[in-house]
Amino acid sequence: MLKVFRKPDKMQVFRRQFFIEINNLGVESLGIVAVISVFMGAVVAIQTAYNIDSPLIPLKMVGFTVRQSVILEFSPTIISLILAGKVGSRIASEIGTMRVTEQIDALEIMGINPANYLIFPKVTAAMAFNPVIIIISMGFGLVGGWLVSVFTNLYTSHEYIDGIRSWFEGYTIIYALIKTVVFAYLITSISGFMGFIVKGGAIEVGAASTKAVVWSSIMIILFNLILTQLLLS
Amino acid sequence: MIEANNISKFFGDNQILKNINVRFEKGKTNLIIGRSGSGKTVLIKCLVGLLEVDEGCIMFDDRNFSHMTFVERKKVRKEIGMLFQGGALFDSMTVEENVMFPLTMFTNQSLEEKKERVDFCLKWVNLENANKLLPSELSGGMTKRVAIARAISMNPKYLFCDEPTSGLDPQTSGVIDDLISRLTEEFQMTTVVNTHDMNSVIKIGDKISFIYQGQLWWEGDKKQVLTTENKELNDFVFATELTKRLK
Repeated sequence: MLKVFRKPDKMQVFRRQFFIEINNLGVESLGIVAVISVFMGAVVAIQTAYNIDSPLIPLKMVGFTVRQSVILEFSPTIISLILAGKVGSRIASEIGTMRVTEQIDALEIMGINPANYLIFPKVTAAMAFNPVIIIISMGFGLVGGWLVSVFTNLYTSHEYIDGIRSWFEGYTIIYALIKTVVFAYLITSISGFMGFIVKGGAIEVGAASTKAVVWSSIMIILFNLILTQLLLS
Repeated sequence: MIEANNISKFFGDNQILKNINVRFEKGKTNLIIGRSGSGKTVLIKCLVGLLEVDEGCIMFDDRNFSHMTFVERKKVRKEIGMLFQGGALFDSMTVEENVMFPLTMFTNQSLEEKKERVDFCLKWVNLENANKLLPSELSGGMTKRVAIARAISMNPKYLFCDEPTSGLDPQTSGVIDDLISRLTEEFQMTTVVNTHDMNSVIKIGDKISFIYQGQLWWEGDKKQVLTTENKELNDFVFATELTKRLK
């Protein structure tokens, strides 16, 4: 893995690869992230609304709960887990296929550092763009909760918006983005590594892809706990 | 010139290469032949540094490749072109981008200069109008020819070919053999070809090294290979019905 974090052979090529990866790993994930986020926000809103029995609790608590849940946990963690599946398997299978078809050997023979050329742009692109994805996800999550107010009588739109504006702490966003950057690093580096060490053929590439998703997910869950303790305690 | 000095390679307890001493000469097509599993692919991988030798050393024109640092090796590797068995073309790039790739990585040439070089290399392999094709659109023979074009784009001093004719029909194999032979002669490269194709052996084998059970068993040229008394080599050369009848 140390070979990944070296100065790129040519910065111009690295820049081009970086933007290609932003498109492949980031922009192409926006659709699924938006859909999941809207539904996630809506479900949290409905569940919260149904669980508020006491007349002493104002209905604006629905908006507050959706905001807190989406910002603190659902967007950074759940979306990162989704990305571990989508992006992680893509990276592992792409690099794994390059390994078994000798494309990585070809890079090495040319005098190129293949680990750096293939993995570094993916790691940096994900670390740079995933925070954007997560902020977009937060927005869509909040919209999901608002849509419930439009289509049901559980609470009003005004109560919901009042709720998401109440007791807001900017630090929660910073906490979410720190987690996102760490998760982006874990997903891309683990998946890249799993693909890079593949030996064999199609079956091994498939196995590497599965391992990449499993290990990325486990590490996300583990680091979620560690970072939450470190950043919120 | 490339020399392998007393090299050995182990995979666990299994010794694949046993004290091999061999010299590959400049301006000649040097062939490594042997049965499947004899160790010739391991030998070529050791020569280009994809595998590390456990004993001995590899010399590229008196430069000890085995004991070089990562940065020193990078310099030597820029002088190496390699044709892989399956071509190893980058499947996300067009033919033009594949051939241009080493130039983009290691030179500061303008796009026009690079395109000119790409066209020259593709013309050399008779693929003038294939620039915009993707590797998935190429036949086996075309893939090999593009791989040759990519291998020579940096004007290498050393050319390695791992089973360049495997999976090709005899006619296309002949075209690939001709290309390798012409390139070696015209650009005075040190070419090392790993093959078990007897047509290639007879056609382009300026110097032939026969590997048997991980050892250098016999050396000679394309004429001597047909008249040798060496039993193991004879068994290999005259294994097919056609060559038996010719004998």
